[in-house]
Amino acid sequence: MTRDPITLFERARAGDRRALARLLSLLEEGGEAAVQLSARLFPHTGNAYVIGITGPPGSGKSTLVNALTRAYRERGETVGIVAVDPSSPFTGGALLGDRIRMQDAAGDPGVFIRSMATRGSLGGLARATREIIRALDAVGFQRILVETVGAGQVEVDIAQAADTVIVVQAPGLGDDIQAIKAGILEIADILVVNKADREGAAATLHILRSMLSLGQPAVVRHHGQAMAIQRVEPSREGWTPPILQTVATSGKGIPELVEAIERHRAYLEESGEGEARRRRRIAEELAALTRERLWARVVHQVGRARLDGLVDQLLRREIDLHTAVERLLEEIQPCIEERDFPREA
Amino acid sequence: MGRKIRVLIAKPGLDGHDRGAKVIARALRDAGFEVIYTGLRQTPEMIAEAALQEDVDVVGLSILSGAHMTLLPRVVEELRKRGLDDVLVIAGGIIPEEDIPALKAAGIREVFGPGTSTETIVQFICEHFGIRPEDLKAAGEPALP
Repeated sequence: MTRDPITLFERARAGDRRALARLLSLLEEGGEAAVQLSARLFPHTGNAYVIGITGPPGSGKSTLVNALTRAYRERGETVGIVAVDPSSPFTGGALLGDRIRMQDAAGDPGVFIRSMATRGSLGGLARATREIIRALDAVGFQRILVETVGAGQVEVDIAQAADTVIVVQAPGLGDDIQAIKAGILEIADILVVNKADREGAAATLHILRSMLSLGQPAVVRHHGQAMAIQRVEPSREGWTPPILQTVATSGKGIPELVEAIERHRAYLEESGEGEARRRRRIAEELAALTRERLWARVVHQVGRARLDGLVDQLLRREIDLHTAVERLLEEIQPCIEERDFPREA
Repeated sequence: MGRKIRVLIAKPGLDGHDRGAKVIARALRDAGFEVIYTGLRQTPEMIAEAALQEDVDVVGLSILSGAHMTLLPRVVEELRKRGLDDVLVIAGGIIPEEDIPALKAAGIREVFGPGTSTETIVQFICEHFGIRPEDLKAAGEPALP
């Protein structure tokens, strides 16, 4: 199989799944081929609707993805799935097991599932996840479901990658603590209490409701006294995240979830929030990539030895961090000026 | 920094025991591979399709049911059908000595019996790709342009 990025892209657009798989690997590996590919497919992106699914381990994210996929396939839409699991920081290895619960789509040419290891990145997604999403978008998948790592507290990256973010909770996972931890609830466009047939589901639902408190201060009993707690998070303008109950294994509540996603999609379009989000996201990605490339240029320009020298000086407290940064910027300054802004003679 | 080696561990057929498969999956992860595990009761088509979508370098098949002579060659066949000719296919489980030559002729590169140390398997995969086990850990760091 060729590794030429442009040929791979043409074949993948024509429906060659092996070419698509190879193309995703190239994007994941990074480097020159990935840049070339990314540029080639970018004009074809922006058509898919991206749904992020996050939540603690054991909440049933993969099973929910499986159920949503089935629902979208019944509506005749094609589905690309990206399932992210963590890499070990010690060995670099990873065990990617999300496919186990995504078997319904086996053999369906309208579905493509790709597992990804985080490869050192934090925040619940891998570094190349957004490139992979764009590639699935560019080859024509209509729905893209992205399942995050599942640490439950830090995966806020998904808010940068998805149109609609679903935060999944399940009874019996220590929810009352989890729910109070900031970050994860704030990114939710839709909240799902999965495994709603299990004991404790009502309590989980109640806790989530009071966290979001739906316009009313929640009343809790503290040392026997009723007291009101203030809303932690003001509801986002015009959209209050609905809380739904599902049993993903049986499909219960899935039609309602699909419906809620459609309502959110309509809200994004009508309110202009969708456009604003897309703008914020692409600006943020531009900044992140520029930072990365600039740093690569610094390393290339000043060299490892010089960097190590600076680190030694920092450790000995001979200079401070900001001064070290100033020095590095000074050293690459001439190269930037020369290259991009030639001085007049 | 080489390419990260991706391995699919799959259980073809109907036996319901995946302890061995899970032990291997974990050992390969600990060695630095990216391992995709697909669970029990997979048809050869499902395995080949997962191998294709995940763009794996290795397919490891675990089988205890005794159906290896029919199922394993069919997995190879399904892989070839999809153009996955360069994927390394290995097998493990309860497979009698006398069946091994026929399986090798069918495209299974090696068969590891019960009691094989995980190091032996790691070593075999590394030799196939011409790398050293100690290089696995550093592989796959995304390259900057």
